[in-house]
Amino acid sequence: MNVIELHNICKTYHVGELDVPVLKGITLAVGRGELVALTGASGSGKSTLMNILGCLDRPSSGRYVLDGQDISGLSADDRAHVRNNKIGFVFQNFNLLPRTSALENVILPLTYAAEHLTDHQATGRALQLIERVGLADRAHHEPSQLSGGQQQRVAIARALVNRPSILFADEPTGNLDSRTSREVLSMFEQLNREEGITIILVTHDQEVARHARRAIHISDGVIVDGQFGPGAAP
Amino acid sequence: MIPFRILRTIRTALKALRRNPMRAALTALGIIIGVAAVIIMMEIGKGSSAAIQRTIASMGANNLLIQPGTAASGGVSFGSGSVMTLTPDDAEAVRRECPAVRAVAPMVRARTQVIYGNRNWVPFFIFGTTPDYLEVREWTSLAAGEMFTDSDIRNASKVCVLGQTLVRELFAGASPMGKEVRVQNVSFRVIGVLTMKGANMMGMDQDDILLAPWTTVKYRVTGTSAQTANQSTSSASGQSSGVSQSVNSLSKLYPGQPSLYPVPSASQQANTPLPVRFTNVDQILTAARSGAEIPLALRQITQVLRERHRLRPGEPDDFNIRDMTEMSTTMSSASKLMANLLLSVALISLVVGGVGIMNIMLVSVTERTREIGLRMAVGARGRDILRQFLIEAVVMCLAGGAIGIVLGQGVSKLITFLLRWPTETSIAAIVSSVVVSAGVGIIFGFYPAWKAARLDPIEALRYE
Repeated sequence: MNVIELHNICKTYHVGELDVPVLKGITLAVGRGELVALTGASGSGKSTLMNILGCLDRPSSGRYVLDGQDISGLSADDRAHVRNNKIGFVFQNFNLLPRTSALENVILPLTYAAEHLTDHQATGRALQLIERVGLADRAHHEPSQLSGGQQQRVAIARALVNRPSILFADEPTGNLDSRTSREVLSMFEQLNREEGITIILVTHDQEVARHARRAIHISDGVIVDGQFGPGAAP
Repeated sequence: MIPFRILRTIRTALKALRRNPMRAALTALGIIIGVAAVIIMMEIGKGSSAAIQRTIASMGANNLLIQPGTAASGGVSFGSGSVMTLTPDDAEAVRRECPAVRAVAPMVRARTQVIYGNRNWVPFFIFGTTPDYLEVREWTSLAAGEMFTDSDIRNASKVCVLGQTLVRELFAGASPMGKEVRVQNVSFRVIGVLTMKGANMMGMDQDDILLAPWTTVKYRVTGTSAQTANQSTSSASGQSSGVSQSVNSLSKLYPGQPSLYPVPSASQQANTPLPVRFTNVDQILTAARSGAEIPLALRQITQVLRERHRLRPGEPDDFNIRDMTEMSTTMSSASKLMANLLLSVALISLVVGGVGIMNIMLVSVTERTREIGLRMAVGARGRDILRQFLIEAVVMCLAGGAIGIVLGQGVSKLITFLLRWPTETSIAAIVSSVVVSAGVGIIFGFYPAWKAARLDPIEALRYE
């Protein structure tokens, strides 16, 4: 069963009178429970693809089915709902709210969740995840009091708090030293192995890509390696 | 579901404000100063306006003069006051039954000579009245002695209170207290001297006055109504009293009281059984509680008097009421001008505060672009962001408004205490500044919030 199915996705930016095609017909399938690395040089269309996959942006043409739901035609509000329910994001620069405790940062996505949770339940779920990423004793620290690795682990807990079916990590180790990078990456591997969460790592670092079981390489708007079409067995 | 979501947005907004208390405080400062200025202006303004109104009211702007109606014969009107329809009981009834009337004084007028020693003077006003006259005219302080009392009225005591002009003319600098002045061969003991009031709006000297109990003036001095109350007609009043004494002794409450009406024949009495009026007064002077209550007082007095005089619907009033329209118009236009002036100053200061809020909110949106992007990435819709920023603005405005009210009240109390300026707590100012500060928050918070809500999450996340 595929979590992500892309059918001939194109994205063209209009710069003045000029049409700049960035994605030129991407067809891709990612199965549930996969750990995939998305690699490519800068300017290859990697970030654009990542934005479309993360429902932050809409393709110019083509069909995108996420978790059995056709995403390509959704309105901005509906895409916000999908991001909230099905997708977790981990960013290169962590993007934690300053002067806000780790716990509050983890609870943040629940604020926008449609489902009913009491404060107590929300706090409980957030604490459980903070424990899961190994920061039980730092729950009430603010980001400025945490190291880079710890901040990224808070961000991972935040991405998981709405129990998403897929996790996007955009250069998650770009701002970390090699030791904490390995820690964070092994955490991704562990989550993928133990919880069966589908993870897509966007990176330009081959070292990082090696942690994935499958690497998709994109160059100049087309997939050159690691492509499996929908229906093809991974 | 939806209110729950809004509730959470409110909490989010409060948390966001708490994250940067300094910025929130500085933003609210604009509104604090604005609202405090409004409160201070309104309270000082209201106090001054009340003081001005009191001053104008003491000129008699709230006074209503009830006069008897017009007698007419064959289409010829004899002018206001030519019939005798008002009684002291009417005055009592108006006092009792008209809530819009603050004070009532029946008046008996006379114009005659006042003699002391070898000096004499004809004062402009000789009023027989009750102690309430001073309250009606807001003339409550006496320069010396005291006002006569209700028991002086019951006893028709021969006491009087003099105005400053009369004192000057008769006593030439000496103290009049306890001296006896003669009015038409009746001796009055001077028990009080009024303070100086000066000329009224028509230029008549209001200090040229002698006040005495109305019973004394009526029964001992004039012996009849004001129309015949001068020395040249004293023989006429003697005549009429001579007639009345022999007919109707029931109406004789006081010595020397004449009958008011010619005695009707037996057939006249059978045809028109009129209630016997025992006594009449020339005028009743009343004061409305405030300028705004003058029309109400007019209606209440008219109703009470028509009822007492048993006038059928459609029958014309047998009295008329005069108000001081010119003065009350001056009064209301003065206070309206004051209110408008204050309102415009208040609006300007609140707009300045609002622009301040908008500036800081715009800066705040730029500064928090990444936060907005993140919130959108984790599932916030445009309208969630809009609401959050709007609520932040409104909360700051309301908090600023609350602090501003307390500050404004404090400062206005301090002004009263230190500068002795009159101030008055204005509930309207408090309510309107709360409403206006919330309004300012919504209006000036909307543009930045809308700007935030329209941000593209991708751009916002990448913003450095």
